[in-house]
Amino acid sequence: MNKLYIARSPRVAARSLGGEMMIMSGRDSTLFTLNQTASILWQAADGTTPLEEIVQQKICSEFEVDPAEALQDAETLARELAGHQILQISERPIPEPSAAGEAR
Amino acid sequence: MSNLLEEMTRKALKLNIPLSVQLDLTYRCNERCVHCYLDHQDYGEMTTAEIKRLLDEMAEAGVFILTLSGGEIMLRKDFFGILEYARQLMFCVKLKTNAILIHEQEAARIRELGVESIQISIYSHRAEVHDAITLVPGSLKRSLDAASFLKSQGLRVVIANVLMVQNVQDYQGVRTLATEMGLECTLDPTITPMMDGDRSVLNLGIDPSSLPQIFRDEAIAEDEEVCAIETGDDILQHLPCSAGHTTCYVSPYGDVYPCVQFPLPTGNVRQQGFIDIWRHSDAMNDVRSIRLKDLTTCTSCAHVGSCSRCPGLAYMEGNMRGPSSQDCEKSFAKTGVPSANMLAKKRGAANLVQIRTIPVPASFPGAGAIA
Repeated sequence: MNKLYIARSPRVAARSLGGEMMIMSGRDSTLFTLNQTASILWQAADGTTPLEEIVQQKICSEFEVDPAEALQDAETLARELAGHQILQISERPIPEPSAAGEAR
Repeated sequence: MSNLLEEMTRKALKLNIPLSVQLDLTYRCNERCVHCYLDHQDYGEMTTAEIKRLLDEMAEAGVFILTLSGGEIMLRKDFFGILEYARQLMFCVKLKTNAILIHEQEAARIRELGVESIQISIYSHRAEVHDAITLVPGSLKRSLDAASFLKSQGLRVVIANVLMVQNVQDYQGVRTLATEMGLECTLDPTITPMMDGDRSVLNLGIDPSSLPQIFRDEAIAEDEEVCAIETGDDILQHLPCSAGHTTCYVSPYGDVYPCVQFPLPTGNVRQQGFIDIWRHSDAMNDVRSIRLKDLTTCTSCAHVGSCSRCPGLAYMEGNMRGPSSQDCEKSFAKTGVPSANMLAKKRGAANLVQIRTIPVPASFPGAGAIA
């Protein structure tokens, strides 16, 4: 399986509110909130770290989950977020200029 | 407001987080609107570095929605630098502008930076009326050209139509124009007193007798901004407004107020951290302590649960716990039922001309009483 890279879409707005990530789509101003796991993926989506590595370092270290299952779930979630245009997915690293800044 | 945003607002309220802030970048303007509450001077605006530091503090404090306004924001030579920095911090950025300095290039840059919406002031669909309010010949055409450039970039553009005596006949025309251009439109019959307290500008406000006709238009009534936050079933425990609870305003000089329409000084970000002012300012906490049950006059009013009472306008009338006469007029226009404040004023006026029975000394011819 090819490596997957994820980056935050540059046209979204985001802020952590009491540990919950609030994200507004730049496409149609739809508001989303991400649960804890999805928030971890979102925060780590720097465009250069492969999804597999993010899952190992940020998810498997925090939760007792099967790595293969966690990766599959993460990929499904990443594709869903990409469908809402709040995350970018590529099989190649995503260059810095198109990646968004750091949400606090 | 979407359900999720309402939920987030309630969460922000519980956590004491300023979810939404309006930051005026300048009071300078290239229009001279006859009803404007600003003086258009620069008494020492925050520098680029100061604004960027403030944006860092706001992001840290949890601010999500950042409205950049003025004056005219495009008069800041560092405007796009500030906007770019704000978007790097992932604020949901809304702009308020007259847009006359926005051309294709600026519209493309605004799109590239992911601005959520742009609100443009349009007073009439007729150039002779709009330009007579802005006092800038050709301004309607330039603002509408800009609206088209922004719309063609796929951006959300909202026309803000402030109503006053000069343009009260034109709101339908503005709505039609907005629809034809694929833009949203809001209508506001509120004229705000000058920031120095001068209320003479209120003479430009439309005659209250025109309000019922405007509010009869359901589409327009739906556009009205509602600031109150519902916090339970007991209406009297509701917060009168989001000002100071989940929103605040910062002037170009760094002064923090509960709202742009509520000039109660609470601190200055040049002397104190933004979050310190938000959390610890006595004035901010005083505003925060007010519940509908604490309002003088309004608690006994038939409109207490539905009124759009603005505490800032009430403050400018002399008491932030008192009624706001402009909102009393609106409630009356919508329902035909006078507010408690209107009734009290009427009673007061009646008292001034009341004729009382005066006892006449018995020695007077025809002694008894005269009225």
